[in-house]
Amino acid sequence: MLASLTPTTTWYLVLAAVLFSIGVVGVMVRRNPLVLFMCIELMLNAVNLTFVALARRLGDVGGQTTVFFVMVVAAAEVVVGLGIIVAILRRRPNATTDDLAELKG
Amino acid sequence: MMELVVFVLAGAMVLGGAVGVIASKHPVHAALSLVLTLFGVAVLFIAQEADFLAAVQVIVYAGAIVVLFLFVIMLLGVDRAEDLHIEPVKVQRPLAVIIGVAVAGLVTAAIVASRDAEVVGGGPGLEVGLPGGGRMHDGNIRALARDVFSDHVLAFELTSVLLVIAVVATVMLARKPRKGETLLDSKGGAA
Repeated sequence: MLASLTPTTTWYLVLAAVLFSIGVVGVMVRRNPLVLFMCIELMLNAVNLTFVALARRLGDVGGQTTVFFVMVVAAAEVVVGLGIIVAILRRRPNATTDDLAELKG
Repeated sequence: MMELVVFVLAGAMVLGGAVGVIASKHPVHAALSLVLTLFGVAVLFIAQEADFLAAVQVIVYAGAIVVLFLFVIMLLGVDRAEDLHIEPVKVQRPLAVIIGVAVAGLVTAAIVASRDAEVVGGGPGLEVGLPGGGRMHDGNIRALARDVFSDHVLAFELTSVLLVIAVVATVMLARKPRKGETLLDSKGGAA
């Protein structure tokens, strides 16, 4: 029975959903801004996995194109985000996300 | 059978790495767990016939982004273990877990409910085949390139603008202000 079991698109989508919610929990629980950023990467990857699985299901390469652009934007986002985090941590070492309320104008 | 083994192994890598990211005290350990997750996602990409994206995933994410994370961790010396028992808002953890389970449950329910939905395909296929109908070894790359450089060529050019802006912005943010000037001068312009 196990031999005839092949993973369908649904399996991939459910796996991506679980990965996404792990990222959501991480963003809400962790206080280190760097780890927070990694959790955002987890969520981005979950969505990428969804796109790729559905691209195969629909036989449409457009989903893969979207993932391609998401990766470019994610790379740019990480570069700018880490730049901001470096600037913050340089001023206040050991800053946690709770300390960032001082950005309020 | 082969597909099942690949899916189970890669899925275990993805979920194990993700739990490692949110549960490890040390930021360096979190970054290394992130590599595991990203690599597992790359394996799943290959299983879903996205060959090019799997290569890009390993090169860009595992190769560049995680190295950037590790660089920042080492550079700033924030590689100290974090006390995970500090909880500024008392109900935050249980609430976060409840919300996470709710998100996963809702999305899973929606996926399972729509799993037998009719497939409305008809887009450009995942691979460019040979004229005779055979498979090409780089068919996926050709199909992706055809889509990117025909329908999405404007978006492609805009991403290059985006990358240049990101690089310039980061250099501005990361450089040390010279003596007597702040990052932003009083008129609000960049110094």
